[in-house]
This record gives sequence, structure tokens and C-alpha cells, in this order.
Amino acid sequence: MTVGIVLVSHSAKLAEGVAELAAQMAPDVRIVPAGGMPGDGGLGTDYDEVVAATQRADSGAGVVLLYDLGSAQMTAELAVESLADPSAAVVADAPLVEGAVAAAVAAQSGADREAVREAATGAGLAPDLAAVHEVPEEGVEEQELTLVNEVGLHARPAAVLVRSLSSFEAEVSVRLGAQEADAHSVLALMSLGARQGDRIVVRARGRQAGEAIAKVTELVDTSFGE
Amino acid sequence: MGCSSEGLATALRAAAEVIAEHRDELVDLDRAIGDADHGENLNRGFTAIVAALETQLPPTPGAVAKLAATTLISKVGGAAGPLYGTAFLRASAKLGEAAEVDSALLVDALRAALEGVQARGKAVGGDATMVDALIPAVSAAETAAGGSVAEVLTAAADAADRGAESTVDLIPRKGRASYLGERAVGHLDPGARSTALLLRAFAEAAR
Repeated sequence: MTVGIVLVSHSAKLAEGVAELAAQMAPDVRIVPAGGMPGDGGLGTDYDEVVAATQRADSGAGVVLLYDLGSAQMTAELAVESLADPSAAVVADAPLVEGAVAAAVAAQSGADREAVREAATGAGLAPDLAAVHEVPEEGVEEQELTLVNEVGLHARPAAVLVRSLSSFEAEVSVRLGAQEADAHSVLALMSLGARQGDRIVVRARGRQAGEAIAKVTELVDTSFGE
Repeated sequence: MGCSSEGLATALRAAAEVIAEHRDELVDLDRAIGDADHGENLNRGFTAIVAALETQLPPTPGAVAKLAATTLISKVGGAAGPLYGTAFLRASAKLGEAAEVDSALLVDALRAALEGVQARGKAVGGDATMVDALIPAVSAAETAAGGSVAEVLTAAADAADRGAESTVDLIPRKGRASYLGERAVGHLDPGARSTALLLRAFAEAAR
């Protein structure tokens, strides 16, 4: 049971396309597109469809709705207010594409509704690329790895990495050259632009730092299951 | 004399006629600074209200307003659906179970409609939206509250006309027109225009 996602757009094609993109990284999440007007399929947001989509997306863990432009937000908010239990769903003020991907990955990893909403809204901010600490801090484990898979830390591998790390009690980061990304954020990992052949440094801190490093090493060595 | 459920239904049918007559004008206003769907969307919504009223006349003005609200929310498709839908919904809640709407209750309902539109669209006065027609309309209605329902609505419609005209000189800060910024100056906001048209239609129907 994961949090469901509804994509409210003026365009049926846009909603379906974003749903397709997000679903690639979250196979078990109910991602329901609600775009366009019924009948002629013209541009607009259809209240009844958004209500129905929200009900379909809810498997019991709640729903996060994302929208494209102004009136889609209003339609989404009206739909949530009209639910038998309005607390079952929430509208996220987030960029549609990045927000949907971040929300889907968070939902796939078992995050609750509020965490999924935060993942979506956080996707609108600059990725968390921190300056590199030249000297590893105490209690930090480190491992240098070479990316052997074809696409590097692209969307799917990044999502696999984030999902795999969610069960460990460890803060993990990935460094490439002068930049370091939070390994719990798909978008941050992707923004590193790490490609095949690149050498990355994985750093972990926390009770299960060693296990987390071992997991990342295994994923990199096995090309993320490609 | 107050306004019954039949009176409000008559006013809504009159509003539907006015929207149909001005459909192309609203489309043109929206084409200049938006997505050219306002006239079409509102026309679809009000046509659906007339059809719904043909199958059933709800017993109270509040119930008629609620039927209008749910129809607009379901049928309109653009921003006008949630905005006018919320306006009628809040007005309906204020009208409650009353069998007739007198001037005082009408003013309360108009105030509630304005608050609903602002809560839904987050617009304030000066953003070049329907709120710029509604704020002066509600103020004028409050000033005229001692008069008849027709007098209250006429005062509101007159003020809404002037308020709508004021959007010509404003830089839009909400909705699709806000993407144009200063390039939208010189254009009448279609939502403010339709608000003024609706209030005028209600005022004429109440005479």
C-alpha cells in the first residue's frame, strides 16, 4: 500500500505523459492522470474526473495531487474539499514534472503522504549539491566506485539507488568531482550528471553506514540491475 | 419584495441568455490576454444550469444557488468553474433554508460569494481579476442595503461595471494573463467583464 498520485493538467496528453514518466520509477504506485475535458478531449480541467481519479489513486495511504497551471490548482483543491474524508488527500504546490517524479519515488519507497508531498514541493528547489569536504569527517565511511552501466546515474538507476538506501539507517552522499549530492534525492543524484566510466565517491555516516556502502557498491557493480 | 427560488431561477436563465449573447466578446477579451476559452466555458456552464433547472426547480433560493454551483464546477473546465462555482456555493450556504431572499440576505450572500472567490483564487483588489468587479459591487450593495433587491443589484452592477473597466489599466497578477505582465495593460479582464455582465443580468431580472 503506497501513497497515490493524481496529475491534474489542462491537457490529457500532458497528464498521461508525466504519469508515464513517473511510473517508470515507481512501478507499485498508483499514478492517475486527470487531464483535459471529457468528450472532445479539449483543454481544461474536469472536476468530476479529478474527483474520480483521486478516489482511484487512494489505496488507503492517501493521495497527493499535482497540477500544471492556475485553474488546475483550483479544481484540485475543490476536489479534495469534496471528498468524504478531505484529510485523505492533499494538493502539492510543486512543479508538475519534477514534482511528480520526486513524489512517485518517495511513494514507492513507502513514504507517508506528508513526506510524499514534501518530496514533490522540494523538487522545485535547487538540488542539494553541497561543497565537498576534502577531509572525510570522523565516523564517515567512504568508497570510490566506477560507474559501469550504460546510462550512468540517470533517472532509473538514481531511483533504484534511492529506493535501496531507504531501508538503511545511514546518511549517504555521492560525490563526483567537485560536487556532492544527497543520495536520498533522485533529482540531486541526476543533477550530478555522472556517466558511464565516471568515478564517484560514496560517503555514508550512521549506524548502518557500512551496509549502505556495501549496497551501493553491489548496485554499481551489477549495473543497477540493467 | 424578496426573491423566491423561481425568482433566482429566472435570474439564472436571464444570465444564461446574456452570457450567450456576449460569448464572442468574452472569447475575444480572453484571446487577447489568456487562452480564449472564457466565453465558451461560461456559455457551456450556464447552458447546463438552464438544462438542470428544466428538470427540477429546487425548493429554496439557497438550493437553486447550490445547483448552479455544482453545475458550474462540473461543466466549465477553466478557472471560471471553480471560481464562480465557489461563489455560488458560499452564497448558497449563506442563503440557507430561507424561502425568500430579502435585501439584507442578498448583501450577505454577495459578501460570502466575494470571500469565496478570494479564498479560491487568492486574488486581491488590483490584480486585474473578477475580484476587481466584485469588491466594489459588494461595497455598493452594502451601501444600498436599505433598498429593494432590484436596487441592491443595480447598485452592485453599476459598481461592477466601473470595477471591470478599471482592470484595463492594471498589470494582471493572477491567472494566465499574469504571464504577459505589462503587455496585458490596456486590456479588459474577461473575468471582471463576465462578473459585471452577470450582476447586470440579475439586476434586470429583479426589476
